[in-house]
Amino acid sequence: MEALTEKSEKTLVHDEQRTLDEPPLTILQPARGWQLINVRELWQFRDLLYFLTWRDVKIRYKQTALGAAWALLQPALMMVVFTVFFGRLAEVDSGGIDYPLFVYAGLLPWSFFATAIANGGNSVVGSERLITKIYFPRLAIPFAAVGAAIVDFCVAFSLLIMLMFVNGVVPTWGFLMVPVIFLFILLAAVGMGTLLAAFNVAYRDFRYVIPFMIQLWMFATPSIYMDLEKLPDEKFNSGLVQTLLALNPMTELIAAFRDAVLGHAIPWDMLAYAAPMCLVIFLVGCFYYRKVEDTFADVI
Amino acid sequence: MTASVSAQHLGKKFLVARSDGPRSAYGYRTLRDDLTRLATAPWRLLSGKRDKKPAFQDFWALDDVNFEINRGEVVGIIGRNGAGKSTLLKILSRITKPTNGQVLLRGRVGSLLEVGTGFHPELTGRENIYLNGAILGMRRGEIQRKFDQIVEFAEIGPFLDTPVKRYSSGMYVRLAFAVAGHLEPEILIVDEVLAVGDMAFQRKCLGRMREVGTQGSTILFVRHTTPAVESLCTRPLLLDKGKVVHDGGVRELISEYHRRVLETQGETETDLEKIDGPQRIRKVFRSCSLLDEQGQPTNFLSLGSQFHLRVGLRSTTNFDFPTITIGIDDNLGQRVLTLQTPLSQPLIEQLRGGAVVECKVPQFPLAPGDYWVKLGLYVIPDEVDAIERVFRFTVAEAEVFGTGRGFHAGLCIAPSAWTFQETNVPTS
Repeated sequence: MEALTEKSEKTLVHDEQRTLDEPPLTILQPARGWQLINVRELWQFRDLLYFLTWRDVKIRYKQTALGAAWALLQPALMMVVFTVFFGRLAEVDSGGIDYPLFVYAGLLPWSFFATAIANGGNSVVGSERLITKIYFPRLAIPFAAVGAAIVDFCVAFSLLIMLMFVNGVVPTWGFLMVPVIFLFILLAAVGMGTLLAAFNVAYRDFRYVIPFMIQLWMFATPSIYMDLEKLPDEKFNSGLVQTLLALNPMTELIAAFRDAVLGHAIPWDMLAYAAPMCLVIFLVGCFYYRKVEDTFADVI
Repeated sequence: MTASVSAQHLGKKFLVARSDGPRSAYGYRTLRDDLTRLATAPWRLLSGKRDKKPAFQDFWALDDVNFEINRGEVVGIIGRNGAGKSTLLKILSRITKPTNGQVLLRGRVGSLLEVGTGFHPELTGRENIYLNGAILGMRRGEIQRKFDQIVEFAEIGPFLDTPVKRYSSGMYVRLAFAVAGHLEPEILIVDEVLAVGDMAFQRKCLGRMREVGTQGSTILFVRHTTPAVESLCTRPLLLDKGKVVHDGGVRELISEYHRRVLETQGETETDLEKIDGPQRIRKVFRSCSLLDEQGQPTNFLSLGSQFHLRVGLRSTTNFDFPTITIGIDDNLGQRVLTLQTPLSQPLIEQLRGGAVVECKVPQFPLAPGDYWVKLGLYVIPDEVDAIERVFRFTVAEAEVFGTGRGFHAGLCIAPSAWTFQETNVPTS
């Protein structure tokens, strides 16, 4: 009896709605369609979110010879490839900055975005056992997959610092905007990841669509490998191409990320457009996911 | 006192792909199929050709289920395959939503539909304790507090930092149950997890569950066999075809369970005319059924009760002094019993038209399990008609000798007489 009262008191601290006589009431009802993101519940399961992220990070480089170095190597090798093909062969204009640094500052946020949506998109299908055997807020799965990509991003970020040092680039006040810009990239990644994860449950075709989509998206984001200012005006600012590129907030975000890192003027006008767009992607992804998550266990 | 678990008009509908429906080939939705359907929709509309049959059929896995469970009760949910037990557990543990009705749960819910959900083979025992604990809904601090207890319970001490993929299956299960066993929720939902591990560990788990029960938690669990239900639960709930058909006393339940489980297992009266086989030289056997005490066809027999088989014969040609054999094979195809009409005193002198043959074994000796009936008709030395695997029946556990004890072990039972005589041990 003593243990029981002690337990109840402890839960009282956690949950103000509880009283000794009335344990928390859960009502299970038929699915209602659109529903809000249950932030409170996600908060209650924050440890799960932490451990799932931690698991994804741990598993990723188990039984590999180079281990976590892959988090550094992947964008570094991409940088080499881009430097050779775009920097040397195609002589893409990088606005006077050493091309390796220039392209790495763009590849870094892009790699994060690409990894995050690929992992997020495949996360739910890959967690079939969990979904059919236990309850937890379903959003935790794609969130954790994106979380693991953040860890990779942080590791790869150290190389950026080194490259800046080598090139003698001194961070300015604009560097403080890096986390803010990253936050918007994160929002877009979470939104796309959850959306793709939900589609993937209903249509396994998305397993094949996702890699292709990411590749296409990269080419549609010219700011990764070239200076937007140097885009030929007559091509960029005309009709269809412009509309298509403008729909993609990653173009602006990656340009802004690089500007913040390299101490250029922050393109506020670009951010003003891209930021709400990211928020929209985030909300659409999460809400759609919430709408269909009740059927996951039956469909998967 | 308000109920700890209360289910009100609970229903769950599934869409089952029709075997003859348009999507029968896969049962999955694929983007290609849906796009094709979308693209061909105008054509189908114009030509007025609709799908003749819908692709899916409704199937109610649960249908208007109502019950209330008070705090501290230990309820065993039983029923045969497809009765809706797993669906009910999935709804109660919030994995899937009901189609109708609602459930009210008062208290923290912990569900264990499988041991070791979320265990990752690459992670070590220690890491999996944290991961699995978090998946089951424990907070990090809680896991840390109980960590030593869990390791001790699982008996895996020296292997704590070994990846679980190198564990023996026994160690794996022990670790998994140890984490789950320390969940201490107010409502615990368990599915068949006790069916794993060695006997000693099973007993330990049962003990742990009892402990949880006495702490005032409500426990709901599913079993397919009755013994554990009997020894553990205070109240059984019998499901059949998605409905609660029995709620209450353990004793009455067992017979009800057996009746329900077994009567609908298959056809009780087998029409033998349609069966073909190389041994069917003439199709003489027409029907065959196992009868219960009231003479109703059944597929179920209580251990040690009367075996009563009725066989219908019909013939257009004459057979003199036919011999009838009833063979009983176990599930592995091993012959365990042969019953034969006496050769010296033929049952049927001449078979010209039809006949009904009945065979009774007053105290059927075979152990609980599934058996197959084989029929044979001979005019020695010739075979006339024989059918392998005519139908299957089940011998279910029961108190046989009125001692209150059930079946213990072995392949068959026999009444036994025992004597006890005291002898004087010479004192030296």
